[in-house]
Formats: sequence, structure tokens, C-alpha cells
Amino acid sequence: MNRQVRRVGLALTVMFIALFAIASSIQVVRTESLYQDSRNVRASYETYKTQRGSILVGQTEVVTSDAVNDQYRFLRKYDSVLYSAVAGYFSIFTGSSGIERSMNSLLAGQSSAQFFEQINALLDGTPVTGAAVELSLDPAVQRAAWDALGGRKGAVVALDPTTGRILAMVSKPTFDANLMSGHEYEPVNQAYRDYLEDPDKPLVNRAIGGDLYPPGSVFKLIVAAAALESGRYSTTTTFENLDRYRLPGTTTTIQNSSGNSCGDGVLVTLEQALVRSCNIPFAMLAVDLGQDRIRAMAELMGFGDEIAIPLSVTPSVYPTDLELSQLALTGFGQFDVRVSPLQIAMSTAAIANQGVIMKPQLIDQVVASNLNVLSQPEPQVFSSPMSRETAALLTRMMVDSVGYGAATNAAIPQVAVAGKTGTAENGPDDPYTLWFTGFAPAESPQVVVTVVVEDGGGIGQNGTGNQIAAPIAKAVMKAALNR
Amino acid sequence: MSNVSLTQAIPMLLKAVPRSRNFEAVLLFWVAGIHAFALAQIQLAVSQRMSWDMLYYWAPPTISAWILHYVLRKYVLNADGLLLPLAFLLNGLGIAMIYRLDLAEITRGGEDLFAERQVWLSCFAMLMAAIVVRLVRNPLVLRRFPYLAGAAAVVLLLLPAAPVIGRTFNGATLWIAIGDLSFQPGEIAKILLAIFFAGYLVSRKGPLSEIGSRVLGMRIPRAKDLGPILLFWVASMAVLVIQRDLGTSILYFGLFLVMIYTATGRGFYVGIGLVMMVTGALVASRLFGYVGARFDSWLAPFATENYTAPGGSYQLVQGLFGMAHGDVIGAGLGSGFPQLIPLAESDFIFAALGEELGLAGVFAILAIYLLIVYRGLRIANTHQDDFSKLLALGFSFVLGLQVFIVAGGVMGLLPLTGLTTPFLAAGGSALLANWSIIALLLVLSDSSLRRVKE
Repeated sequence: MNRQVRRVGLALTVMFIALFAIASSIQVVRTESLYQDSRNVRASYETYKTQRGSILVGQTEVVTSDAVNDQYRFLRKYDSVLYSAVAGYFSIFTGSSGIERSMNSLLAGQSSAQFFEQINALLDGTPVTGAAVELSLDPAVQRAAWDALGGRKGAVVALDPTTGRILAMVSKPTFDANLMSGHEYEPVNQAYRDYLEDPDKPLVNRAIGGDLYPPGSVFKLIVAAAALESGRYSTTTTFENLDRYRLPGTTTTIQNSSGNSCGDGVLVTLEQALVRSCNIPFAMLAVDLGQDRIRAMAELMGFGDEIAIPLSVTPSVYPTDLELSQLALTGFGQFDVRVSPLQIAMSTAAIANQGVIMKPQLIDQVVASNLNVLSQPEPQVFSSPMSRETAALLTRMMVDSVGYGAATNAAIPQVAVAGKTGTAENGPDDPYTLWFTGFAPAESPQVVVTVVVEDGGGIGQNGTGNQIAAPIAKAVMKAALNR
Repeated sequence: MSNVSLTQAIPMLLKAVPRSRNFEAVLLFWVAGIHAFALAQIQLAVSQRMSWDMLYYWAPPTISAWILHYVLRKYVLNADGLLLPLAFLLNGLGIAMIYRLDLAEITRGGEDLFAERQVWLSCFAMLMAAIVVRLVRNPLVLRRFPYLAGAAAVVLLLLPAAPVIGRTFNGATLWIAIGDLSFQPGEIAKILLAIFFAGYLVSRKGPLSEIGSRVLGMRIPRAKDLGPILLFWVASMAVLVIQRDLGTSILYFGLFLVMIYTATGRGFYVGIGLVMMVTGALVASRLFGYVGARFDSWLAPFATENYTAPGGSYQLVQGLFGMAHGDVIGAGLGSGFPQLIPLAESDFIFAALGEELGLAGVFAILAIYLLIVYRGLRIANTHQDDFSKLLALGFSFVLGLQVFIVAGGVMGLLPLTGLTTPFLAAGGSALLANWSIIALLLVLSDSSLRRVKE
């Protein structure tokens, strides 16, 4: 029988050789493709082992990773909800958002820029430490924006028009990222679900994303810029001063928000129409100017672009294939025009910065754990949608608007403030979306501020941009000028 | 041995298995050290500090192994010295991995813990092995009751399909449960089947190996001698149908084929047996949805429809991800993510170990199994008694084949089945059965030398 025993032994040996072979194939040959499979969550889990870099605002760490005694080793801590919309959250179980998401590879120490650090770590056995991200936000401006917006739903963006650096970005209601950075699945998942199901969408950064807003009268700045740039209009071009206007091809009539004509007189100038924010002259201007010119100006300012600051900004929309009646409505930012507050801030920055938009940027620099600067975005021109002259004309009209027009509540003593309000309709009975966008000081702008308040600031159709949004912008501008 | 010259003694020593109990004792020290090291590494990796908790998972199995060692010293002094340390090494490695998965489960806030149970089941299984050694000092007593063993095996196999106590889990009807206690009778049945086959085949060896008529140059046994193989093929298919598990069916049929081949020396049985098995499996995959689904998941595990199907290839693919993450040297005990693999503590403990110990660990574990199998085959090779020879061969083969089916299933070489990984996986019945096999192999190895001495 020994011959058979040896043969059985041989058969078992062959079986085990097959096992050795398939194990080698899985753990040597196929490792890379298996590791890269999108269904394999291990790649992301691996990142929890390195101490994630901090996020700083004005030399202060606002997001840190602290060592804890569990298998994930570090717990992400968020000092303040002020920065939630920008910094985002980082969760083991439910993903990430904001800077945590868009700067992930640097924060996690896995970017190619950290190659030598990774090699060093491999050699001396210490894990890589992620790089620190320093934001352009100014703590004082951010605080002012947060406080001024108060309990209202909406967003505030403040930026330096000469560099594109974003000084404040607030979105309310917001979330507590600490609730999602925990290491226990149940509470994290519960918090995440609660936020997701909240009809106010606290996880959305309204300044750059979400459902976008109808711009209302702040869009008149873009229409006016397109008109002045066309060369066919000047600030003194006049329109028939009506108190009712029938939309071309329809029986629908529209009114100015005052319900009357735009000031006294049979005719009204473009300048007066903008300063007083009258709808009828702008409806007539849009029809006269044509949708292509308005769209071209909007697109030069960034409409339709996927902008990364490095958070990705939802592209703003100027609709296509408009009928004349619809075109007339877009003249004062109604119909299907949809914008992000950042887009309005960029358009305003073109006016403030002599016709040139600087690319908006949230990152000052990224510093590795060995203090090497890995990235330091330089100010960069985004586009030049209008001439210096057009910008100067629009600035003058916006200063007048704050001085005696529709935006008086943004006035700051001894400072020339340029501004434009908007009160956008959402539907016959829905509360208004209230806007203010402007900059200061008008002669050498240091800050552009755009404010949007949803749900009519809580008072339905009774509030206006000047009443609710302008004072918020004023507080933010004051904080920025006192830096 | 005193009057054997040195030149004669060397080949004898090489052929004989090391029987020194002192050798075994030294190895047990090493193995206990490895276990302590593994537990410490897990604690440090998971919670960055060591605690006395590890004593709970280390001391009871170690004490049990030493009790077994003492019993061997007392009753089967000349038994193989490698089997106990090797099996104990695997057992402790399994406990360490299950403990590691428990820590992950606690972190996750779950309450499905297995390590504590596994510790006591291991102790129980080792003490039962000591009792088996004490009771069956002469393996020939097992030869007296082949049909009783066969009948008992059949009853055990049918129990899971019985009403009230039968349990179906993951589609396979392999369990019985009374109250909170569940048991997989198929594990014990494999021992009884090996005893039955060995007893039956030794007595019927002559007629079964006689040459029948020649057809196309092949020797075909007489029709009446084909009876047993047909009968057992039908029985295996019945197991497949009743228990809904391809692995168990292949395991028993493979055991039968190898034992009848060894007893008769007729390769014909293996040839026709394999053809029947493959045909049976293919027909079953067509007839029964659960077998077909296993085949689909095996052939295309990464296909979305198989990956997302309930009971599909999700587990297999997660296991492959884990092993791939382990790479060559492994993530390190406590540093991988084996908790992501469903049933990592039982069916997929091989993949969990593959992730944390890497290809090096997988090779080591497979090598330990192969070494145990080789020790068993060596006992079969050196034993003078045909019954003992067959029994030792049967035990070694069934262990090796089970590892092949399980590890092959986890790594995608074979369709996935419901068999357990010997010594590693959480589960009492498997531990009890496999430690009993080790006990019987030890007894067989001891009796092999006793004859020489007499």
C-alpha cells in the first residue's frame, strides 16, 4: 500500500502547490488592480493612520488631528462652526467635504509633492504627517459675517478684488463637523442622516453650491456692463419711463418694485434706472441689447465655468434660446437666471478692480510637516470682462445707489461705499431672495462683499435687499476695512 | 535498538518520526511564545498599549496543550512529536485573529464576540483529545465496529435535515441546534466515515482489487464490486441535495475514493470516481439554484450582478481585497482591515490572516498544514497494520483536502463552500473533530513503533 500512500502524498502536494500559486497571484501579481478597485475601501482607510495636517486661519489652527487610543489613532477636531462651510467635514464612515475633500491628498500626506517625505518615512519607520493648509480667510471678517448674518438662512462672501483672496465665506444654517469625525459608526451615521434629511440642507455651502439663487436686481450690473461695453449705450441713454410694461408677445405686464414709474419725467436714463433699481427700463434694455450680448458678458465673468477655489463652485446659469418676454425678465435677473453668491462677488470684483477679475482663491499656502512650502497659489487673472472706463462708470452709479438710491443701508460714514441690492422673486407667494453686493472704499477697493438672504430674511415678501442684506454687508465691509 | 550498528541506525532514524516528548515540549514553549507575541502585537496595534486581558486568551489554551502533552507522555510516550505543536500553533493563531476581530467589533460598537468562546472550545477540544488518547490507546479497537461507525456517520449527516433541531445558515443545512448550543455534525462524521471505510476496505480488499473483464485494454472490476462506489456516490449526492453544500459532498466522496484506491491499488476507482463527481456537480449546478449561484460567483466574482446578489460574491471579493492589501509581508497583526470581510472569524479567517500576515503568513500557514498532512502520511507509510495505515491515510487526506477546498474557495480557485478552516476558524464542532483526528494520529504513530519494539 505504500506506493498508493506516496501517490496520495504527491496529489496533496500538487493541491497545495496550486494554493501557493493562487496566493502568490493574489498577493503579488494582482495586488495593484485589487487595491485600485473602486469597491475596495481599504485605500481610504489607510489614510487614517497618518496624522492629518491641520487647517489654519490667520496662523491659528482651526482644524486639528489629535492622537487618541483607538484603531484610527487620530481624531479630527473642529474648533468652531464658523469655518464648517469652508473646511468641511472628514468622516471615516460618510466621506468628506469642503477643504477636507479638495485638499485631501496633501492633508493626508499622500500627494506626489510629499514624495521625499514618504521615502523618509519608509526609511526611518515613522509615519508621514500630512501638510498644513493655511486658508486666506480673515478671522475678524469671517466673525463679522457670521455675526451679521445671525440666525438667517443665506450666505456671505467677502474677497479682496485685487488678489482674489477670499476673506470670508459663511453659509447658514451650517453643521458641526465634530459630530461626523467620531470613530463610532452609529452616532456618526445618525448625525449625517439628520443633516442630510434636514430640509434646510446644512451640509451645503450656499456661497458656492446648492440649488443656486435667482439674482434679481444684482444681475442689472451685468446687463449694464454688457450694454456699456457694446458701445451702443452710455449712462445717459434714455428709456421711456412707464409705470407698466407689457412683456413682448404676451399680455402679461410687469411693474417697477415701487409700483410707479422710475422717478419723475417722461424719460429715464440708464444711470437713474440702475441707481433706483427700476425693472421696466432694464427689461426694455435687455430686449434691445439682445440675449447674446448679455450671455457673452455673463460667461466672461464666469457663468457656466467649473471654477475650483479649490472647492468646486457650481456654475451659474444664464438660460439659452430665450423668447423676447423671457429675455425681458432676465434684464432684471428673473426667469431662469441662477447664480451662486461667489459668482456675483466675482462680477462685482470686475467693477471694483478696474475691469479685471482675479481668480478667487481660498488657499494662502500649504506647508509640509518639515516646513517646506508645498504650494502657494499666486494671484491670477481670471478674465477681463470690461474696460476700465465701464468699470469706473458702474462704480459711480453704485456709489450713488448707496448714497441716495436703492442701497442706502450699506453706507459707512467717511467711506465711499459702492453697492447694488436685489430682491428676487421666487414665485407668486414665496418669500423673496434678498441680495446685496458691493465694495469699499470705492476709490481704491479693499473688499468686495456679497450677501444673500433666503426666505425673505424671515419676513416673507415684506423685506428688501436694502433692508435686510445691506446692513449685513456693511458690517462685513467695516470689519474688512479695520483690518 | 541497542544492538543496531550506527550505519543501520541512521536510515532508521531518518525514516522514523521524531517521537521524543522532550522535542515536543521544547516546541510547545516556542508556540506558546509565538501566541503571546501575536496577542501582544494585536493589543499594541489596536489600542497602543498592552493589558493583562491577553492572559485570558493565552493561558487556558496553553495549559490545555500542556495537559495534552502530559497525557501523551504518560500513555503514548512514543507518539509523533510534531503534531501537537503544529496543531496548537494554528489553534492559537486562530484565537489571536478572532480576538483581533473582536477588538474591531468592540470599537465599532458591535456585540458579536467570538474569542472568549473560542478559547474555552479550544480547551475543551484539547482535553477531549487527551481523553481520546487515554481511551483509544490501541487503534485496533476501532476496527471492531466499522458498520456501527458507518451507521453513526449517516445519522449524524442526516441530523441537520431533521425537523426542530436542524438549522440552515447561508443556504447550507449543516447545523443542528438545541437551545443556544449549535453543532455541525458533519465534522464528527468525517472521523466516523474514515473509521468505517478503513474497517470495511481492509476486510473487502481482496475482491475489490481483483481483475474483472478487460474492455479496450482497461481492467474493469466485476459489477458487484462496483456496488459500493455507486452506493457511496449516491450517498454523496444525497448529502449535496439535503445539506445543500458542495464542499461537504466533495470532502466525503474524495475521502472515499482515496481510501478505496489505497486499499485496492486500482487507479480505475479514482478515474471513474472523479468523472462521476464532476458530472454530479455539473448536473447539480444546473438543477439547484444555490449550487449554480456559487458557480457563477466563482467564475465571475467581480461582475456587478454577482457582487450585489444576496449570497453572491461580495464576501469572496472582500476577502480578495483583504489579501491583496496584505501584500507580501502583510499589514501586520492588528493593522489591517479584516473586519470588513463578512464572517472573517469563521469562513474567511484564512483571508483575514492573509491580510495581516501577508503572503509570508499564508505560505507559513499552508506549510504547517502540509507538514501535519505529511506527518500523517508518514504514519501511514511506516505502520505495519493495514487498518491503521488506511486510517492514518484517511485522516491526513481528509484534513489536507478540507484545507484545499476551504483555502481554494476563499482565494477563488474553487467555488466557495461551507467547510471550516481546520483549527483556525471559530466553531466548536470543527475544533473537536480536528483535535480528535490529531489524537487518533498520535495514537496511531505510537502503536506503529510499539510493534517494532515488540
